[in-house]
Amino acid sequence: MLEVQNATKRFGGLVAVNRASLKVAAGSITGLIGPNGAGKTTLFTLISGFERPTEGRVLFQGQDISRDEPHIRARHGIARTFQIVQPFAGLSVVENIAVGAHLRHAKRADAMARAEAVGHRVGLGPELGKSAASLTVAGRKRLELARALATEPKLLLLDEVLAGLNPSEIRDIIPVIHAIRDEGVTILMIEHVMQAVMNLCEQVYVLAQGLIIAEGPPTEVCDNPLVVEAYLGVGAAERLKRGSVHA
Amino acid sequence: MTFRDIVPIIILVAFLALVPVFITANTVLNFLVFTLIVALAAQGWNILGGFGGQFSFGHAAFFGTGAYAAALLQARLGINPWTAFAIGSAAGGAVGWVIGYLSFRSGLRGSYFALVTLAFAEVLRILANAATFTGGAAGVLIKLDVRPENFQFESRGAFFWIALALVGAVLVLTRWIERSRFGAQLVAVRENEAAAKALGVDTLRVKLGAITLSGAVTAAAGCLYAQYFLYVDANIAYGTWISVEAILAPIIGGLGTVLGPLVGAVALHGLGEITKLAAGSVPGIDLMVFGALLVVAVAFAPDGILGLLRRLRRPIRSSGVSGHA
Amino acid sequence: MYSPAIIAEAVVNGLMTGAVYALIALGLTLVYGVLHIINFAHGALLTAAMFAVWSVYVVFGLDPYLAILPLTPLFFGLGYALQRFVIGPASHGSDSNILLVTLGLSIAVENALLAGFRSDTRTLNTDYGFQVVEIGPLLLSKPRLIGFGAAVLVTVLLWLLLSRTDTGKAIRAVAKEKLGASLVGINVAHVYAVTFGLGCACLAVAACLLMPTFYVNPRIGQAFVLVAFTIVVLGGMGSIPGALFGGLFIGVVESLCGLFLGDSLGQIGIFLIFILVLLVRPTGLFGAKA
Repeated sequence: MLEVQNATKRFGGLVAVNRASLKVAAGSITGLIGPNGAGKTTLFTLISGFERPTEGRVLFQGQDISRDEPHIRARHGIARTFQIVQPFAGLSVVENIAVGAHLRHAKRADAMARAEAVGHRVGLGPELGKSAASLTVAGRKRLELARALATEPKLLLLDEVLAGLNPSEIRDIIPVIHAIRDEGVTILMIEHVMQAVMNLCEQVYVLAQGLIIAEGPPTEVCDNPLVVEAYLGVGAAERLKRGSVHA
Repeated sequence: MTFRDIVPIIILVAFLALVPVFITANTVLNFLVFTLIVALAAQGWNILGGFGGQFSFGHAAFFGTGAYAAALLQARLGINPWTAFAIGSAAGGAVGWVIGYLSFRSGLRGSYFALVTLAFAEVLRILANAATFTGGAAGVLIKLDVRPENFQFESRGAFFWIALALVGAVLVLTRWIERSRFGAQLVAVRENEAAAKALGVDTLRVKLGAITLSGAVTAAAGCLYAQYFLYVDANIAYGTWISVEAILAPIIGGLGTVLGPLVGAVALHGLGEITKLAAGSVPGIDLMVFGALLVVAVAFAPDGILGLLRRLRRPIRSSGVSGHA
Repeated sequence: MYSPAIIAEAVVNGLMTGAVYALIALGLTLVYGVLHIINFAHGALLTAAMFAVWSVYVVFGLDPYLAILPLTPLFFGLGYALQRFVIGPASHGSDSNILLVTLGLSIAVENALLAGFRSDTRTLNTDYGFQVVEIGPLLLSKPRLIGFGAAVLVTVLLWLLLSRTDTGKAIRAVAKEKLGASLVGINVAHVYAVTFGLGCACLAVAACLLMPTFYVNPRIGQAFVLVAFTIVVLGGMGSIPGALFGGLFIGVVESLCGLFLGDSLGQIGIFLIFILVLLVRPTGLFGAKA
């Protein structure tokens, strides 16, 4: 479905993403993990079109979309959420979602109906008439998800939708993500909550300092010494094996 | 948009249309026509500034283009004024598109956009003031020839109705915007441009659509002005006064609402007249009050007069009335 | 066509006007650099300062150059109070509100001056107003030469204030990162007001330097403020050297455009530069990438 080929993004002298390649199979939930500042969100901006790669290509359903504007990619069927939630603060929750729904529905009545349905599905039913500015953090994360979903995407890019949620909120939202995939939406997610990554993802890519350093099923990737060192520092894998790291 | 959406507008316009039947004093009708012209210019600003969140400080560029087009097409080329009116409005839209294309494509927003629109209006003012085609500083006179087919009328009442019809038409247009996909996308751009893009909104196209419509509506007000006063010069047509009034009325009335610009224009000009009555004919006193009012409105009534009314109404009707205006 | 001497004189005259423009732009760019707002009331406040200079001359017979001493602190105080008690609280921290509040202020101040002084154009009749200095082949207006020197001096002083004093450090800290500055105990509202006050103080000095050779009427600020915006945008929003060089450059451009295009079209060169810079490089020639 999605293929990133040797994508590089430089900001001046800083190489944020360095020849990263990844593939997301249709119908899968794929994870993108890595320590802070690894370039995960930058890679997302390359896929969603907010930045263009300095080098390399982004293919979607076999088509090169590297140069397309974000709204064109949305039309192709790529939707993203933002790590820092970006609600339309002056609008109600359902109107927020309707902006997404308008992508495929020109008539207001159709878009509103679609928005309500999506809102209920992600558990925002009771909140639909409220102002988006009045939502809690968990509510705003759901709103991000609902808006993206309302565009009826083929590929959904989730940028840390679980960050900032408490364990019970995370437990509530995981089945929602599963259900979205089961309806045929492919998902690529950036996530720090490892419990969720283990639970949701079939395939995981690990990004560290702009480079993809490992890929595979989540359990395998977590045992990879390169990955452990990327998170905990050089030599950490050794020490872990010897059992000398406490806590 | 359904018929039910515009019923309140039809009732309001019909009610206002009765005014010249009861009031025939020329000074009052003059005041009302001028207020309606400002309201129309402000309605144009509101489409871009209120719904789209792009604050132009140079709507005089559109108003002046309309006014000059209407006057010059008649005076220099002998074109029928009704046709000139249509061409003038279209020219305003075209100027809007060009300014929008240049500034939005360069990613200008906020204060930068306000500045660049201001500069475009100033450039047009200086050009109109210097060129011989526009009559230079002496301006353009439209020949007095009172015939309806010539867009000139015996009674001021007729002009009032035409101005009202235009304001009414833009009320319906704005109501349509509010209920359409274009409007939803425009408001999304105002609230958060990045998020709108991610949801598939072609933000450049939406903003261009808004500034084109906005320019055409404000230019129509300019055409009307030229036709009513039969005279145009650079400081009237491209003067900062109209840019300022076009901003003030929607903010005082209710930013991004259908009725806001009309309510604001009536309130402002009513207040202006009262101030003049109270303070005598001191120049600038009414504008001084307007300026202070703008500060007070931003500080205490960010949703304008309509917002204040809604707040007053809420305790009585507690069920969530969510529709604007 | 034009002899080199005429062109040279136009350039030098442009530089002298440009220095005062720079001073006006300095106030604007300082406020922008720290508060990140465009102060649309800047022109109206300049007009107010010019009327203040005119008034103290007519009423007390105070020389415009001496008027710098009382008017600078007065306008500092005025600016401080405006930001602290009007602009800050009224705008609730939103940028578009600040835009509107300063616009409202500018309309109110300008028209209050119109109501108070009427629309007549007024000048000062000092005995040195028309004195000239001969430098080589050029005849230069003495008060404008003084204006040039003083404007450059004030720019240097302001730069020293910002780079050498504690207040300057606090201002720069707030400009860079206001949350961080407030966390280390800097009173951000106070620093904002001080900055705004400094901007207004620049206007008072500029008004004193302008009045011996210029005139004042209630609308005069508009002409200056658009030029000042151009300079600020050209020099890079928030850059002090940018304001100085931008001011000098614009002064020369205006002078040469006036020479070649005539007075009525002379200003158009400025606006075209303004629009071009905004469209092509809104960060200016000296400004950092936003």
